[in-house]
Amino acid sequence: MALTFDKDQNDTIAAIATGMSEAGIGIVRISGPHAAGIIRRIYRTKSGKEMTSWKPNTIHYGKIIDPESGETIDEVLVSWMEAPHSYTTENTAEVNTHGGTYVIHRVLDAVLRAGARMAEPGEFTKRAFLGGRMDLSEAGAVMDLIQSQNEFARKVSLAQLEGSVSGKVKELRSSILYEIAYIESALDDPENYSLDGYPEQLEKKCESILSELQAVLRRSENGKVLQEGIRTVIIGKPNAGKSSLLNRLAGEERAIVTPVAGTTRDTLEETVRLGDLTLCVTDTAGIRKTEDPVEKIGVERARKAMETAQLFLFVLDTSAGITQEDRQIAQMIEEELTTGRHCIVLLNKSDLPVQVEEEEVQKLWKTRKMECLSLSALENTGLDELRSKIEELFHLGELASSTELFVTDDFQKSALRETIRSLELVIQSIENGMSEDFFSIDLRNAYASLGRMIGEEVEDDLVEEIFSRFCLGK
Amino acid sequence: MNQNAYHIETDICVIGAGHAGCEAALAAARIGFRTVIFTMNVDSIAMMPCNPHIGGSSKGHLVREIDALGGEMGRNIDKTFIQSKMLNQSKGPAVHSLRTQADKAAYSMSMREVLENQENLEIRQAEVTDILTEEISADEIKGKEGDFPQKRRVVGVQIHQGTIYSCRAVIICTGTYLNARCLVGESITETGPSGMQRSTFLKDSLDRLGIGLRRFKTGTPARMDGRSLDYSKMTIQKGDEKVIPFSYSTDPKDVQIEQVPCWLTYTNEETHEIIRENLDRSPIYAGIIEGTGPRYCPSIEDKVVKFSEKTRHQVFIEPEGRSTNEMYVDGMSSSMPDDVQQKMYRTVPGLENCRIVKNAYAIEYDCINANDLKLSLEMKSVDGLFCAGQFNGSSGYEEAAAQGLLAGINASMKLKGQEPLILKRSESYIGVLIDDLVSKDNREPYRMMTSRAEYRLLLRQDNADLRLRKYGYRVGLISQEQYDYVCWKKKEIQKEMERLRNIKVGAASSNQKILREIGTSELKTAVTLAELLCRPEITYEKLKDLDPNRPKLPDAVTEQVEINLKYEGYIQRQKKQVEEFNRLENRAIPENIDYDEVPSLRLEARQKLKELRPSSIGQASRMSGVTPADVAVLLIYLEKEKQKPDTGNTAKHNTDQSDDHRKISEGEKI
Repeated sequence: MALTFDKDQNDTIAAIATGMSEAGIGIVRISGPHAAGIIRRIYRTKSGKEMTSWKPNTIHYGKIIDPESGETIDEVLVSWMEAPHSYTTENTAEVNTHGGTYVIHRVLDAVLRAGARMAEPGEFTKRAFLGGRMDLSEAGAVMDLIQSQNEFARKVSLAQLEGSVSGKVKELRSSILYEIAYIESALDDPENYSLDGYPEQLEKKCESILSELQAVLRRSENGKVLQEGIRTVIIGKPNAGKSSLLNRLAGEERAIVTPVAGTTRDTLEETVRLGDLTLCVTDTAGIRKTEDPVEKIGVERARKAMETAQLFLFVLDTSAGITQEDRQIAQMIEEELTTGRHCIVLLNKSDLPVQVEEEEVQKLWKTRKMECLSLSALENTGLDELRSKIEELFHLGELASSTELFVTDDFQKSALRETIRSLELVIQSIENGMSEDFFSIDLRNAYASLGRMIGEEVEDDLVEEIFSRFCLGK
Repeated sequence: MNQNAYHIETDICVIGAGHAGCEAALAAARIGFRTVIFTMNVDSIAMMPCNPHIGGSSKGHLVREIDALGGEMGRNIDKTFIQSKMLNQSKGPAVHSLRTQADKAAYSMSMREVLENQENLEIRQAEVTDILTEEISADEIKGKEGDFPQKRRVVGVQIHQGTIYSCRAVIICTGTYLNARCLVGESITETGPSGMQRSTFLKDSLDRLGIGLRRFKTGTPARMDGRSLDYSKMTIQKGDEKVIPFSYSTDPKDVQIEQVPCWLTYTNEETHEIIRENLDRSPIYAGIIEGTGPRYCPSIEDKVVKFSEKTRHQVFIEPEGRSTNEMYVDGMSSSMPDDVQQKMYRTVPGLENCRIVKNAYAIEYDCINANDLKLSLEMKSVDGLFCAGQFNGSSGYEEAAAQGLLAGINASMKLKGQEPLILKRSESYIGVLIDDLVSKDNREPYRMMTSRAEYRLLLRQDNADLRLRKYGYRVGLISQEQYDYVCWKKKEIQKEMERLRNIKVGAASSNQKILREIGTSELKTAVTLAELLCRPEITYEKLKDLDPNRPKLPDAVTEQVEINLKYEGYIQRQKKQVEEFNRLENRAIPENIDYDEVPSLRLEARQKLKELRPSSIGQASRMSGVTPADVAVLLIYLEKEKQKPDTGNTAKHNTDQSDDHRKISEGEKI
């Protein structure tokens, strides 16, 4: 982390250049001297041929393939621009995908594996700036913006951390400082200050600070949920009513709903509001064994979506009884449910005669009991209960009313993680029997990163930070 | 100028022959310039007017670095120490620090001998009264404004006797002598340390040059007649059995001498009570002293007032030399009147019948704000005027010597028309010392501490030669032979580390037996020797039975191999930090930058930057009053300027010591 003006300006960077909430078209931008080579590795024409030499400022229709397996990822349009006539003033390719978040990520992944480096936040803009794309007056405006962004960020973070919160950070920080100072005095004047028995004492102190910070981080993750929405996966066997549920939540017909099993062949994404809650919902294709190649892809995508989900809504068709497919899904969910991730079983089609009791549903899991809720997606009942259940699981009610320390800013959160990491290293050094001067290396880092949280430490890489206030990729 | 004045021509004049002056003069003369060193009294060359130590925590590092660069302090103390101790031996290698007790008279005599016999160097007993300068002509400046931020240039000095020494560079090292006064309670004398004559005239000369002075204060404890002390009431403090020399050029065999002990005793409530009762008679607490004193080296009055919860404080009784009875009462510096001193010292066990030879006293003196200096230690406002030592607001013999050495080197480099030697924070304590002095806002005498060095795991006292010999070689203070040795050593270290990384030890029963014998757990699977070395209880030496084919290597090599492998993870982490640090550090700010042209700088930052004129973005970022946003703005401005193809604004960047006159084969990084 530091000013990356000096970073290798010759490497080629890539990132998703569009916002992430819409399921429509997404752009992966690749910028740098090797943009052409990277595109060549992953782009094929419709008939499967490699790209020929492209003229500047042209658009090409074709597909993106996995550079290793050769598997097709998506059909795309690629815009090709050559230096200096692009936003960044470098050779640039922009891959227009249309497959939703998951596909965009897979395209980006392919680009990265083909040799690009993930762009840092704001790095395209920075290159544009350094490439002289902006004239002096624009540059002046950027500087003003930097100045004001910085002031703004400082004010915001101070306001956010006003009172108990900033007080807490300061308190932890000063207690770390005390320990550093103690060690330093003892090293500077070994004949006067003894460090006998000190490591044990420090370890206890670090552990207690660590557990406080970890709690803050946990709360902050939940705080993030309030801001950014809960990554939710709707899952269930074909025709259990997943798409109906999504439509209910979204309030409009987005997924194609037919009574034929296997109608939803792809994943669909939707940002929906449920009362005060925001859910980023992925509706998955029904999980089932299928020979249909298109549907196969959908099933695979569903599995991928599950890997990052924070909330699983498992839709069970109570009018149909529990099937082998339900059991498979239940097992998949159980494997995914690590700490901080939750599952709610939705006993759907409560408008139809119920064949399955909750007791039987609970038998699907070996190690835990799941939350169950009856609802009818078709008749729009049970949604309020769903909302309060989610709030309960994510401690959101508590968070809204709580004055306890949590941070929502990504920058602060990363500073918090760094602090935690540093303290863990201190404890590790203590346990490895290292001498005290080694503790202070990481204690100093912890002190510095906590300082960054409340703007009290001069930070060398502020330009990175500021440019990152521009949306990622631009 | 006096028409009758006798004129003597020389190259470099050094004012003051304390620890800074001696190093400065020796460096300049050794590099090849005719040098004159002025002292108020030839008998006070390299005098140690305060404590009898050389080295100590972090100061020991400085001495090692001075030695690695080709300075004299390390060699001189190796010849004249009477006790030696490696501090913090139970701690990590970064904080091991060598501290010696010096025979003060011998130290001073020995240094005088070196000076007297140095080719190109003349000693002159005289008070310098004036620094002579000339205006740099407009013609000369025209078109080269960046090269001439200064408007005046040094041309010589004049001494009290009227004689003028014309020269091209002057190094001021007046220590604590300039306008000094010493205080023992109500007894105030206008003298330098230990009753020496102070210097006074230079102040007016500096005033005329527009150089502002400030007032600092420090203090020293009493010296006692050793025959009057009862050592049976104290704890003996001996030196190390195996003495390690300071200098890389000293043969370790030569320093295994008979050592002299020190003694430990303590103050008590009775002592503290006497001090509390008489606080109104302490010049500091009575407000007579205006100068700012150092917090880290408090007088006994300060200790009693500020740490009132402590019921006792340590007092070390240390010999001033082999040929004197005088004992230094370390830990009880004071400015109390003599009657209070007599009473308070006598409350300390072992000191009941003490006879004071010299009183404890406080001393006030004039010094500059080192923010007025460039990192080369040259005045920003006067071309060719260098400053070093306590005159720059530091404290301590080692700090002074380090600055003196660098000032001597850089005055010489200037005369040679070469880039100055600027050591980075990431490569030396000297770099940290000078950068702190020059860039930061120091309000008290500055003492070196290991905590001031951000990358101290890399800046160990054991690897000063590997870090700095190359620079000493480049400037001409280190011989080809010494330099070749360091290059060889670096290669051997690398080779041996590689070898240990590649030799696997299997879990054969013969190996397990050896492991048991050296007191470590047995192996489950095969590991490399390097991995074994990472175990806390294993040393390179202990591995020898598992490593029968090892090459015969000197301890200096195997020590580095062991440290580098043992602490590899930490060292890597610090190296990463250094990389980050260097990115900003290597971004030079052109000397002729016009801060009024930089849009969006905050007013406070603009003023600070105009005042301090930092030479790199890194230095700017450490200045108080400059925020990260200002640094960002500055960076963007510099980028923009660089991209401007036209305008003749060819910003001159400080290239990082690139024009070597002696070729340095870049040794491998350790």
